[in-house]
Amino acid sequence: MVFLSNLVNGVSLGSIYAIIALGYTMVYGIAKMLNFAHGDVIMVGAYIIFCAAHYWQLPFPAALLIAMLVSTALGITIEKLAYKPLRQATSLAVLITAIGMSYLLQNTALLIWGANPKVFPDMLNIGSISLFGGQLLIKGETLITILVNIVIMVALTLFISRSRMGKAMRCVSEDKGAAELMGINVNTTISVTFAIGSALAAVAGLLLCSSYPMLQPTTGSMPGIKAFTAAVFGGIGSIPGAMLGGVLLGVIEILGKAYISTELGDAIVFAVLIIVLLVRPTGLLGKPVREKV
Amino acid sequence: MKTKKARLITNAVTYGVLIALFIILTVMINNKSITRTLKGQLIPICSWIVMAVSLNLVVGISGELSLGHAGFMSIGAFSGIVISGWLLNGFGMEDTTLRLLLAIIAGGLIAGIFGALIGIPVLRLRGDYLAIVTLAFGEIIKNVMNCVYTSVEGTTLHFGFLNSALPGTLLLNGPMGAVKVKAISTFTAGFILVMVTLVIVLNLVNSRSGRAIMAARDNRIAAEAMGINITKYKMMAFVTAAALAGMAGALYGLSMATLVPTKFSFNESINVLVFVVLGGIGNIPGSIVAATALTILPETLRFLQNYRMLAYAILLILVMLLSNNPMVKNLWRRLIPGRKDNGEEALKA
Repeated sequence: MVFLSNLVNGVSLGSIYAIIALGYTMVYGIAKMLNFAHGDVIMVGAYIIFCAAHYWQLPFPAALLIAMLVSTALGITIEKLAYKPLRQATSLAVLITAIGMSYLLQNTALLIWGANPKVFPDMLNIGSISLFGGQLLIKGETLITILVNIVIMVALTLFISRSRMGKAMRCVSEDKGAAELMGINVNTTISVTFAIGSALAAVAGLLLCSSYPMLQPTTGSMPGIKAFTAAVFGGIGSIPGAMLGGVLLGVIEILGKAYISTELGDAIVFAVLIIVLLVRPTGLLGKPVREKV
Repeated sequence: MKTKKARLITNAVTYGVLIALFIILTVMINNKSITRTLKGQLIPICSWIVMAVSLNLVVGISGELSLGHAGFMSIGAFSGIVISGWLLNGFGMEDTTLRLLLAIIAGGLIAGIFGALIGIPVLRLRGDYLAIVTLAFGEIIKNVMNCVYTSVEGTTLHFGFLNSALPGTLLLNGPMGAVKVKAISTFTAGFILVMVTLVIVLNLVNSRSGRAIMAARDNRIAAEAMGINITKYKMMAFVTAAALAGMAGALYGLSMATLVPTKFSFNESINVLVFVVLGGIGNIPGSIVAATALTILPETLRFLQNYRMLAYAILLILVMLLSNNPMVKNLWRRLIPGRKDNGEEALKA
């Protein structure tokens, strides 16, 4: 029973990683860049929800909607101001700019909301479910997180495979030049990708802070790094890969902390990542790249 | 490709400027005409210069993005502290110069050994996957150092993992890190370390091995076809950089009274990478200038108070945007004819 409970918690934590990892992997697939500021967009989204619920006393759906809108606007603005001028630059230059963006967001949040951790309001207050005669207690947040993850996964897969915009995204990720020749607006497509990733970041922020209700300017960085790891774990650029990688990473982290050592939880996660990459150098679901001479 | 003469001149100017700066600063310290903040930063500046130059060896010369360089610094720092404490408590070695020398050498050796152990799996991967694995190793080192306890009793060292009940004087105290370190680093030692690093890196780059490393970076397949052992030369660059980072770590660790393992986080690795990219990828003198300027800059921005790091972030973004703007690039090319950014071109390929 303890194992089952740990497993459920792991899947729940992994679902959060998976939703964040989607943002990394979609942007990587299309713009071929590591958007290190993504973790901080989560933090901003969580702060907006906190403000909406705490100061303005808005109901939960309105708060989430506002946070998603703000995050989306933020994501598009970052892309337009900082990444778009660098589309022809080296990948390292873009990486450093993304890191600068991450510092910028963290320090702006520090100035606006201060360094003291805020206690995130308990919004998903729906009680717990008890199974097997009270032996297995699953918290409401845990279930919601897993459900939301499944909904997002299905919706996103349908969007990418069925809609016109999804088709455009697949084209741009395969060959930007050819896509442009076929009449696809590359700039809009990239902006839409950033918008979706950032809107998902706000959802991830809500779920993350509902499970771990301490909110401070650095809240986004560690989950950001872990989710990035998850994206690579599943094969960066692949959407099912991000899902699989995120969930597996969460399960490994919780089980590792429970059965091996609490202090070494992060080390176990990263060690598993290294082993997987050594066996499959492009991640679990990543396509091997053929080298042409 | 630079001509041999131009290269000799650049190297001579680099050494000359550094020696001149060292003499000026030493005179200023003796005159007490140097501000206290700047004086306190001299040793950290030396360690960050060594970090930047060694990371440039991996990122610029060898062409592999490493996001875990601070991990090697951490290994070097804590081994240096343990060796120094062991020599002092176990053998009563009071001579600080000798102790510092031994600690720095030990830090470099141990970090170099870890560099070789980590390099074997890491260098099998390519591109972003390689970068993420170096990030993972950096985080593992930070996490494991959080659980290491070391104490000295007589002349024996005791090690504990997740176990703080050790006999004797504690040197490393798990998450609390190293406490009550005897700060023995000096600016002179830091300067010598910078010079040693420069001699090693510049000579390596201009040697037969250095050319092999750069050939492997520019075109792996062509280099392999010419009979260059890619793994051997990539390892050479990686291990050298790890050892130098370990030495920088020992110098840095022994200049502080306390040092926690979480200091050497992902953020520190990124900071060093920022030095390398802003100084110019593959450009060794550029790394030195960037490391110095960016270590002093946050302190000089102190008058901005809370807006300090915000200003730093905005400056960083603006510099990246401007230096990659085609118009600004053209302007540079017209102002300085014959200027080539060969390292960047190579990384793009």
